[in-house]
Amino acid sequence: MKKNGYFAAVKKGFKPKYYFNYALVSFALILFIALEMSGILKRSYANLLTQIGFSIILAVSLNLVVGFLGELSLGHAGFMCIGAYIGTWFSQLLAPVIASFAIRLILAMLVGGICAALFGILVGIPALRLKGDYLAIVTLAFGEIVRNIFKNLPWFGKSYGMPTETYGTKLFIIALLAVLFTLFVIQNLMRSKHGRAITAIRDSEIAAKSMGVNVTFYKILAFSVAAFFAGIAGVIYGAYTTPILYSFFSFNYSIEILVMVVLGGMGSITGSIVSATLLTLINFLLTANLSGDMAALKYMIYALILIGMVIYNNAPALKKYRDRFSLSILFSRIRERFVRTTPATVKDDAAAWDRVPTKILSDEILSTDLQLTTSAPDKPDKPKGDK
Amino acid sequence: MSTIIDGLSLGSIYALIALGYTMVYGIAKMLNFAHGDIIMVGAYTIFSTLMVGDSVPLKIIAILLSVLVCTVLGVSVERIAYRPLRGASPLAVLITAIGVSYFLQSLAQLIFGAKSHTIETLIPGAFHIGSVRITYATLLTLLVGAAVMAGLTIFIAKTKTGRAMVAVSEDRGAAELMGIHVNGIIALTFAIGSALAALAGFFYLMQIPATNPTLGSMPGIKAFTAAVIGGIGSIPGAMIGGILLGVIEKLCLSITPLSPYTTAIEFSLLILILLVKPTGLLGRKRREKV
Repeated sequence: MKKNGYFAAVKKGFKPKYYFNYALVSFALILFIALEMSGILKRSYANLLTQIGFSIILAVSLNLVVGFLGELSLGHAGFMCIGAYIGTWFSQLLAPVIASFAIRLILAMLVGGICAALFGILVGIPALRLKGDYLAIVTLAFGEIVRNIFKNLPWFGKSYGMPTETYGTKLFIIALLAVLFTLFVIQNLMRSKHGRAITAIRDSEIAAKSMGVNVTFYKILAFSVAAFFAGIAGVIYGAYTTPILYSFFSFNYSIEILVMVVLGGMGSITGSIVSATLLTLINFLLTANLSGDMAALKYMIYALILIGMVIYNNAPALKKYRDRFSLSILFSRIRERFVRTTPATVKDDAAAWDRVPTKILSDEILSTDLQLTTSAPDKPDKPKGDK
Repeated sequence: MSTIIDGLSLGSIYALIALGYTMVYGIAKMLNFAHGDIIMVGAYTIFSTLMVGDSVPLKIIAILLSVLVCTVLGVSVERIAYRPLRGASPLAVLITAIGVSYFLQSLAQLIFGAKSHTIETLIPGAFHIGSVRITYATLLTLLVGAAVMAGLTIFIAKTKTGRAMVAVSEDRGAAELMGIHVNGIIALTFAIGSALAALAGFFYLMQIPATNPTLGSMPGIKAFTAAVIGGIGSIPGAMIGGILLGVIEKLCLSITPLSPYTTAIEFSLLILILLVKPTGLLGRKRREKV
């Protein structure tokens, strides 16, 4: 979590970890496009891919607020709701003008995202005065308000839901492209000085303020960028299913996104991607295999996995097991096996000077012969910066 | 007038639930999202006891049983799911609480099915004061609600255990050094909170006589809102917040053009109050030290 801090960001140059995510998603995209073209990809799996796509967008964007800004947000589904309703409505409005559904979808994403971002600014404003759990409940309240209003507004289909046209199986291509766009914006934001300002606020708001970071601006920035992408995810959801139902964007869905972020590791974008994919997959498999009254079993398994993972990952008493069986240690072991690391060679002149065996002697000469300052011959020049 | 009385009665239900939230928050510093589902468990306990028969002593047994079941449940949830995480980050505990909430809901769904079951009216009848009709259920809710709140306030202020609770909520480390058994106090807090939730479940069933697995989630969120309005961690705050929210909800529901937007109005009220008073009505300001 702390690895994204100041020093890591200062070192410029090629960093594989930033490109790993792009590679991962692009690889999936190319692979599945190929499968789609050859007709192997089943319809249900294409739908699953779309679901995974918007889950990743939601998780990564929520990570910006929860992981990087350090504020708990329980209303992410509310922003998604705004994007879904307004974006889809806009897309239907454009239907007579632009025939291509793909172009309309992209425009709708922009509009839905921007509307959601405006509301993100609205939520960001109380965030300036409130802290911690109080802010969390405001975001929760916001999500419920949005849902309640869209349920009752006359031009969004009321409680029957808003009928939409769905895009079909090829939607996953657009969804994964949107994931790439999200990663591009958020990763670059976090690598910039703005990103460093946001993490500085997380680590200590007072310290950040006293270093001249504009806390107001960056809090609102983080909230609105996260809301923008949640809106985009909402538009994808609108093209994925019909009708758009207000009940989908409930508090529970916000929580589900939060779970993805926390399980993936707060502040880790790769973690969000992996956990969003895994959780959506688990959900999909459980739903496919358990139906009817056994659907309850799905939630029970999900709940047990959740509790078990969190306790295993966080309980102070289990730390020694964690150290023994941790995934990151496993990775480093594997790496040791394959990557030969040569012991570091000292290039530091000052350190080399310290190892000169006659140093003690020369020190004596330098310190005793006060008058004869010129009588310290035959020694290498002591470099600057030593002690 | 009758709207306001209904509101007071709903408000005391919210207040009872909010007390559980606020006590757990004040003492264990965690948001117990599974609290609403404990209400649901209480309601199902009453439901299954009343399947045996329908008589007055059985109803009393049902209530006592539901209080017992909820208390045991609350304490064991604390022991199994939350205690291992003491000292871990608050978010981790929050996620576990959500996991517990899902678990309880799915358990209820597995046992009783996803359909809602209606039950007989628990306390029938009503009386009139002038033109205002008051049901016995409402009266009982108001009386018991007031009695519980008064009792809890006295318990916290006068008894040694109550003072120990205050001490733990102020500074856990210092309380431990003073010889207070912190884990025991936290378990006791969960026990009291869950018992109150069981009572709230009973009153809730008197108002809406049907049980379903997600029965607890909406009252849970509303009561949480009430606790925050009053200032989370403050016991009188939870009572005021709960009653305020109940009255406002009933008032909104009685005005026709507003009634669909009741939820939105309630939550907007919350945001407005927090904007004016960032720590709720009676919450204490905590200064941040550098």
